[in-house]
Amino acid sequence: MSGTMFEKIWARHVVAEGPGGHVLLYVDRHLLHEGTTAAFGRLARSGRRVRRPDLSFATADHYLLTSPGSATSDAETRGMVEALERHTADQGILYFGVGDPRRGIVHVIGPEQGLTVPGITLVCGDSHTATHGAFGALAFGIGSSEVEHVLATQTLWQKKPSTMRISVDGRLGPGVDAKDLILAVIATIGAGGGVRHAIEYAGSTIRAMSMDERMTVCNMSIEAGARAGMIAPDETTFAYVEGRPLAPRGDAWRAALEEWKALPSDPGAVFDREVRLTASEIAPTVTWGTSPQDALPITARVPDPMAVADPGRRESMARALAYMGLAPGTPLGDVAVNRVFIGSCTNSRLDDLRAAARVVKGLRAVVPAWIVPGSGLVKRAAEAEGLDRIFLDAGFEWREAGCSMCVGMNGETAAAGERVASTSNRNFEGRQGKGARTHLMSPAMAAAAAVTGKLTDVRTLGP
Amino acid sequence: MEPFRHLTAVAVPIDLPNVDTDRVIPARFLRKDRSVPEYASFLFHDVRFTADGAERPEFILNQAPYRGARILVAAENFGCGSSREAAVWALAANGFRLVIAPSLGDIFHQNCFKNGLLPVILPADAVAGLRRGLHERPGATLTVDLETQTVTAPDGGRHGFEVDAFGKEMLLSGRDEIGLTLGFDAKIAEFEARHARGMAWAVPPRAGT
Repeated sequence: MSGTMFEKIWARHVVAEGPGGHVLLYVDRHLLHEGTTAAFGRLARSGRRVRRPDLSFATADHYLLTSPGSATSDAETRGMVEALERHTADQGILYFGVGDPRRGIVHVIGPEQGLTVPGITLVCGDSHTATHGAFGALAFGIGSSEVEHVLATQTLWQKKPSTMRISVDGRLGPGVDAKDLILAVIATIGAGGGVRHAIEYAGSTIRAMSMDERMTVCNMSIEAGARAGMIAPDETTFAYVEGRPLAPRGDAWRAALEEWKALPSDPGAVFDREVRLTASEIAPTVTWGTSPQDALPITARVPDPMAVADPGRRESMARALAYMGLAPGTPLGDVAVNRVFIGSCTNSRLDDLRAAARVVKGLRAVVPAWIVPGSGLVKRAAEAEGLDRIFLDAGFEWREAGCSMCVGMNGETAAAGERVASTSNRNFEGRQGKGARTHLMSPAMAAAAAVTGKLTDVRTLGP
Repeated sequence: MEPFRHLTAVAVPIDLPNVDTDRVIPARFLRKDRSVPEYASFLFHDVRFTADGAERPEFILNQAPYRGARILVAAENFGCGSSREAAVWALAANGFRLVIAPSLGDIFHQNCFKNGLLPVILPADAVAGLRRGLHERPGATLTVDLETQTVTAPDGGRHGFEVDAFGKEMLLSGRDEIGLTLGFDAKIAEFEARHARGMAWAVPPRAGT
């Protein structure tokens, strides 16, 4: 039998069949954050308990401040974090809380702690949960009602999605990385191109990536509409997972490894849709609009809505440009930025910080620029290799772990009209603050923008 | 959950594609409990109101014929982006029971079912036709019947739609999904026993052990 990796994992987790092709799917890992605290409240009010606290793990990331010394900005958010602390203690759930160096963005600490491993199903009340698919897990984001459902039953009713394989082959050019690749993918298939699909990323370009890079790719699957994005596990994956605190050990490790090696899609596996990209054709990329699909090479110009035939598309482009304060025809490399944000579940891991540090070393930021590491442990590791000094010497702020300026809900936002070069995942209207304008890009490109004050082709800055 | 069977109501067209859930409800409101009296005002807040809280007359929900709308007719990929269920809660707080679109964000789509909102997917040209009709006759009503899976347009045109059988059953009955699943408890326990043998490595070692 030849099956896709997705189908192999799916089949292993079917508890029961329901009406209309729905199955009751078992959940191996449930990750929680303070934004999903309300589900605990509803569960408690209905007199139900958490079925598998040993498969549930929590942290605080969305609402915490990342400035040194103060974890929350007000009583409301403090209440949410304290409620999560209380509920997890009451239910016996491991919680990486304020003050714990293991605390951080939920999609950074899952892999870091060894909770994310190949072959499992993993869910979290956050749309960027596909990040964990980088390990060959079936991971997807869920809503608050579904969080409560998983807490109570450790299962979800799911309809099988279609499958899509996105193959990328060849070598990425200098100054081009995983973020550019996934922005190019989204621009190719569109913000809705992956709706009702589980994506598998494949090809030599993906195989050559580190785990941090693979996580960047899978992270943004939802920006193409796909709930799940995954990459077959290989030696790179196994080397990352082995020895992590909550990864399998001893006999369990050996048994796991044997199964993981059989997980990749079989050679004859058939996908419902196939998409192919060539790595050498991908340039350093930035977004110009208010959807992640609005991405172009940095060498391009702001597009002209009048050149677009479809009236609906023309109107939405014009609206995006009005919000972004951009005139058609402007070279993207001429667009001045007010701030730089390097962080988020897309780009806050050690590889990301290293890439940014390589660009800024010996230079000065000319606009306010923040580095927000993805976890306390990422921060420590970066400090151990002196990255913090490089950033501080360049005038960057070196902050505590959290979602920070990606998410616009913790008080860390840009002002109306401010233009942000950001390594986050969404350039939606208001995402980084009401009226704030977001340009998505890689850590190296954001670092380049910080030292020049405008969107900049990182390849022009020299080594 | 309030069951859904049949609805005839004013429908409001939203033509913009890729309306994300940040636009449906901005992140700064997500900390608010659904029970706060001003919850309904969070829906589309930043495009619906000016900075000082006045209604923007150009925003369609602020226009008289659409004020009582309970059906939203959207464009491609409505509800994309963040998983926030508050996007559905804010629609429900304004009386919406139905979203019709050529496609919906997957998580938003699921969240609709959990809150008694019916998501209806129709071909893009059919939805564009509905929106055009609603612009031409502001305040016109649509009729939607879940049992027969049909939408009836103001001009009498009928569109059949597909809906997944599980979601349909839950909406028609208004059943508590967790209660339903807990009825599968024996099957879940059986699966867990099998899973614990077949994939023992999938349970993490207890922290500190």
